Amino acid sequence: MQQTSTPSRFGGLYGRIRARFQDVPISAWLVGMLAAVLVEALIGRDLAYMLGLGNLPSFFGLSLIFKKWNLIPSIVVFIVVVYVLPALAAVYLVRWAMHRWRGVRGVAWVQRIPTRGYIIFNLAFVYVVLHLWAASSDYRLLVLRLLGVNIILTLSLNLVNGWMGEFSVSVAGFMAVGAYVSSVLMVWGFVNDDVFGPAVFPEAWAPYAFPLALIVAGAVTAFTALAVAIPSFRTRGDYLAIITLAYLFIVKSSIENIDFLGGARGFMNQPKVADSLLVVFLWTVLAVWVMHNYVTSTLGKATSAVRDNEPAAEMMTVNTRKVKMVAFLTHAFWSGVAGGLYAHIVGYINPGSFGLVKSAEILGMLYLGGLNSVTGSVLGTVLFTLLSEILRPLKLVKWMVIPVILIVVMIKRPRGLLGFQEIRLPFLERRARAEEEVSHAPAGD
Amino acid sequence: MPLLEIKDLTHFFGGLRAVHKFHTRIEPGEIRGLIGPNGAGKTTVFNLTTGVYKPTQGQILFDGQDITGKPPHEIGRLGISRTYQNLRLWGNLTALDNVKIAFYGRIRYGLLGAFFGLRGRSEEERRIDREARELMALLGIEQYADMVVSGLPYGIQRKVEMARALATRPKLLLLDEPTAGMTPAEMEETMEFVLYIRKTFNLTIWLIEHKMRFVMGLCRWIQVLNFGEIIAEGTPEEVQNNPEVIRAYLGTAVT
Repeated sequence: MQQTSTPSRFGGLYGRIRARFQDVPISAWLVGMLAAVLVEALIGRDLAYMLGLGNLPSFFGLSLIFKKWNLIPSIVVFIVVVYVLPALAAVYLVRWAMHRWRGVRGVAWVQRIPTRGYIIFNLAFVYVVLHLWAASSDYRLLVLRLLGVNIILTLSLNLVNGWMGEFSVSVAGFMAVGAYVSSVLMVWGFVNDDVFGPAVFPEAWAPYAFPLALIVAGAVTAFTALAVAIPSFRTRGDYLAIITLAYLFIVKSSIENIDFLGGARGFMNQPKVADSLLVVFLWTVLAVWVMHNYVTSTLGKATSAVRDNEPAAEMMTVNTRKVKMVAFLTHAFWSGVAGGLYAHIVGYINPGSFGLVKSAEILGMLYLGGLNSVTGSVLGTVLFTLLSEILRPLKLVKWMVIPVILIVVMIKRPRGLLGFQEIRLPFLERRARAEEEVSHAPAGD
Repeated sequence: MPLLEIKDLTHFFGGLRAVHKFHTRIEPGEIRGLIGPNGAGKTTVFNLTTGVYKPTQGQILFDGQDITGKPPHEIGRLGISRTYQNLRLWGNLTALDNVKIAFYGRIRYGLLGAFFGLRGRSEEERRIDREARELMALLGIEQYADMVVSGLPYGIQRKVEMARALATRPKLLLLDEPTAGMTPAEMEETMEFVLYIRKTFNLTIWLIEHKMRFVMGLCRWIQVLNFGEIIAEGTPEEVQNNPEVIRAYLGTAVT
């Protein structure tokens, strides 16, 4: 079954590369990433200096291309020496080692780790790689943490715009509510503040209270979202887009006019509880896991039934009103949580950062990655964020280049890069895959 | 006791009287026919029965229970299901998911289970998966399970819609023109198929159909609707020779 379909699936240069690495286990790639990061930490700075790149480039030197064209050869050398070669060496080494010690008990034992442990192990590995990569500069750390926030926002928006097939633009509004609610809670609880008085609890408790504050912020956001959901779900069509737009502006101008929140001047002094990558990473993983669980359950798939044909869904025993509520409130909840994380990462919020532009940015990530796809949302967010950082030297021109790229993607792939499909991530789904192979075997592909 | 009893059902769309004093009694196990020219109000009667519209007047009793004005998803859970004249599948989903979602009313885990994947969920999902595949196998469409439904041939889509309707475990199945767009040979096959599912799933069937051969072959009792009113009812032979019915379908003879 596997052999017959292989040649047709792998054509062209990309196909040959894929065929070359087909039997590389995913753990080898993880080790390869680790090797690249370690090599960078060891020789990256010196090599960058020698090649005339100045300080260690933050994003693989790609943004330097736009500053000095003559550095391109040096950048290529840097990328090959620091990232490509160590990664490939590690990949081959691991593949060789796994082949060599195939029968050894320890290796067999590793392969029998239960799925849950296996997934947690792999996630921890990914985290270690990211942590080491971010350790060399605060800029990378900041971008990675904001990336986590954006992943939560994009995926939660995908629930409504993708699975439910409506159009929401209030993601920045939900963010604002979550950001302000969590900030007020944390400042009231743990900071000596002019407006909210002395700290109520000892400061050492702050990291433990933070998850609670985020959940409360998410819940409050979801509650305010009811004001949108109740009137707009009586009908279908463009109403939700208009009402969510109204919500966005109401939230923004309300905050601008509430004095104890600082009005348009903004709100600061958030305790430093989201400074580590780990906090944001864990929240991102939790959000992705929870929403992935929902959209893969039959209960959650009913959301797509509502999108494709609502009367038929209603007749087939689906409580369509409830399904729509759940999708929209989940969107609001996680956007609120992401807003709370954002507030504590940046340490300063003002109403201006939660405008229509923010919503548009998230929409851009969503449609780049593709509707109805968890991996698509993650991929779209990562690409958009990287692109946005790499193109930073272009300044204003950046906001002409990125839309052009988006338009090209929309022409080439109207459903986004991964619209209505998922990429397989074997290191996060081992058991599910094994089960599927068993259940599909008799049907014969 | 009849499975479905409709009394004095009247419905207005604005000033238009779509259904007027419709009544029926359908016994368990029966295959009942509803015929009539285009625009006679047949589909409206189905929509009223399944709760899509709230009737202006009248009463609908299903299994001894008053279901007048209930929302469709509750009526669906009580045991009425239907197929549509123009297919209404969920086009972006696979055939299997189309069938699985119709289990919605009987899913035994809640939102927390769905979000956090608690233990009850995976068992329940396995059960739904197994039952949905079994159901598709009974209708002979199991090999299409993992294909996106909008890409399937029309005849297969019809069967997927049927499988979806059956997945809600109905007692009463409403078929709205099950042979629309079919050749005579396919129609014969569909007749066999309707008899097969009635027997296999122990169903009562109420169908709308234009093709006389189909209705005559399946139904013992037929009601004829024109301009929202019952103009005749009886056995197929009686209805076929009824001058009112001929006039409704063909117009008045010029003498």
